[in-house]
Amino acid sequence: MSEAPAAPHPASADATPQPDLGLLLAPPRARTGWRVLPARVAAMCAVELQKLRHDRTELYTRAVQPALWLLIFGETFTRIKAIPTGGIPYLDYLAPGIIAQSAMFIAIFYGIMIIWERDAGILTKLLVTPTPRAALITGKAFASGVKALIQALVVVVIAALLGVAMTWNPLRLLGVAVAVVLGSAFFSCLSMTIAGIVLTRDRLMGIGQAITMPLFFGSNALYPVAVMPGWLQGVSNVNPLSYQVDALRGLLLGTPSHLPLDFGVLAAAAAVGVTSASSLLGRLAR
Amino acid sequence: MTGSATDGEAPAVDAVSCSGLRYSFGETRAVDGLDLTVRDGECFGLLGPNGAGKTTAIRCMTTLLPVPASLVHVFGHDAAREPMAVRRLLGYVPQQLSADAGLTGRENVALFARVFDVPRRERARRVGQALAAVGLTAAADRLAQTYSGGMVRRLELAQALVSAPRLLILDEPTIGLDPIARTNVWEHINAVRAATGMTVLVTTHYMDEADQYCDRVALMHRGRVRALGTPAELRRGLKDRLGTDGPLPTLEDVFRDVAGSGLDDQSGDFRNVRSTRRTASRVG
Ligand SMILES: Nc1ncnc2c1ncn2[C@@H]1O[C@H](COP(=O)(O)OP(=O)(O)O)[C@@H](O)[C@H]1O
Ligand SMILES: [Mg+2]
Repeated sequence: MSEAPAAPHPASADATPQPDLGLLLAPPRARTGWRVLPARVAAMCAVELQKLRHDRTELYTRAVQPALWLLIFGETFTRIKAIPTGGIPYLDYLAPGIIAQSAMFIAIFYGIMIIWERDAGILTKLLVTPTPRAALITGKAFASGVKALIQALVVVVIAALLGVAMTWNPLRLLGVAVAVVLGSAFFSCLSMTIAGIVLTRDRLMGIGQAITMPLFFGSNALYPVAVMPGWLQGVSNVNPLSYQVDALRGLLLGTPSHLPLDFGVLAAAAAVGVTSASSLLGRLAR
Repeated sequence: MTGSATDGEAPAVDAVSCSGLRYSFGETRAVDGLDLTVRDGECFGLLGPNGAGKTTAIRCMTTLLPVPASLVHVFGHDAAREPMAVRRLLGYVPQQLSADAGLTGRENVALFARVFDVPRRERARRVGQALAAVGLTAAADRLAQTYSGGMVRRLELAQALVSAPRLLILDEPTIGLDPIARTNVWEHINAVRAATGMTVLVTTHYMDEADQYCDRVALMHRGRVRALGTPAELRRGLKDRLGTDGPLPTLEDVFRDVAGSGLDDQSGDFRNVRSTRRTASRVG
């Protein structure tokens, strides 16, 4: 039936020429040990960047809210000088808080996204690849960090345009990036943990909205801890967002801060988040 | 048990073996004592109406659902004890369309190349070959959201193929597709099988497809295998049993016979046969 000009795959007696499948005959060599985790994280981050490249609308729409916070809230409170900021303009004081806020909003969305990916079959298929659950969650956590980082850059540019005096010291900016990524890792894992508990998008949407505002207002993003009532200070003390904002403020503005404590808390929170989200991921597969 | 497509000296290990597999969702016994062996190199069809437990059985084999140790083996690896080893050997296309709509076809396949550790220098070529194998080279750089249902299925096939799995598991690969797209998907599955010799486990409720493309089939009903054999064996068996002359009965006739003939303790009444028939012929 076939004219078969020395076809590489004699089994296919098709009339159409069989494409070369040479590489598909042997499985790739498996990475082992510590190499698996960075490879999976890179894979998840690559997907996130590819998606952002195809659709930038989210980047723009998510820039609106922080811009409004800085422009309206920031400018107004700078004028009325109601909040003790330790001598710096309120707008400057607010900018790191808004960076942290927009990063957190992006990260909180990851729980909804993982449920959406479960419903769309994408997660299911990833769970049948040689990817440990902790590596999958860490990958997602870092992907949210990458996205938050791009968002943070947008907010930094807006703040700079509004005249906020921030550092351009590359080492400090690197510290800012690490703080943003660690914070996003924690908040994305927090929301993926809740996703693993509630399992449906509707319930998660409600809970997501119910926790983001308290996390934001129960932090030092808008005002110093000292002016809060005692109970809110308690909330702020256990709120990783406060540590993130403290670090960002110290690095960007040079205000007094507690960098070792901040980074320690952020790293520990991220680790706890990855652990709890990974242990609940199996529930999403059922 | 010898594999049909292995040419080595060593005794072939079965691609899948399940013994007494059970899985319940609350009160629903979705898989209820499944015994099944898929031989290396064959195309095995797991057939049954909606709700028979096919997807649940597949999800146990793919390590998605937790099963007790030593009930499910994939090429000798225990699904409960060595899930990573099992996953390395699997290509899995789930029942629902599962490509990421926000990525291009090429990016969708590249993700799976990455998570299966395809080295970077080989990645682009391997992804290209997987896309070519399913006839998506021309559409590779379009977003998957612009693909038709048949194209998404072929893209998923490419995602599964890029890691050169020894066992390809397809859950209702042609559900909801028009007849031309169905044929097309099967042609690509067969071409790849011919080229690579991989084992294929496919579920479907289209009996005609199974008849045409599967080496052996298992008819599943209410979580259990009710009949097993080559399509020809099963059809001839029914014909001999009925003792009628005329055309060979179809697989669907076999299924109706098996599901309604009291093999199932509770079935056998008319309502049951009717509802089985209805679900078996439902499309989508
Ligand atoms: N996630 C689930 N939760 C509860 N019940 C389920 C779930 N998945 C399947 N079932 C039930 O298990 C039975 C078998 O379903 P399934 O394995 O999907 O069958 P099939 O793939 O043969 O159509 C059905 O009764 C179905 O309703
Ligand atoms: Mg099914």
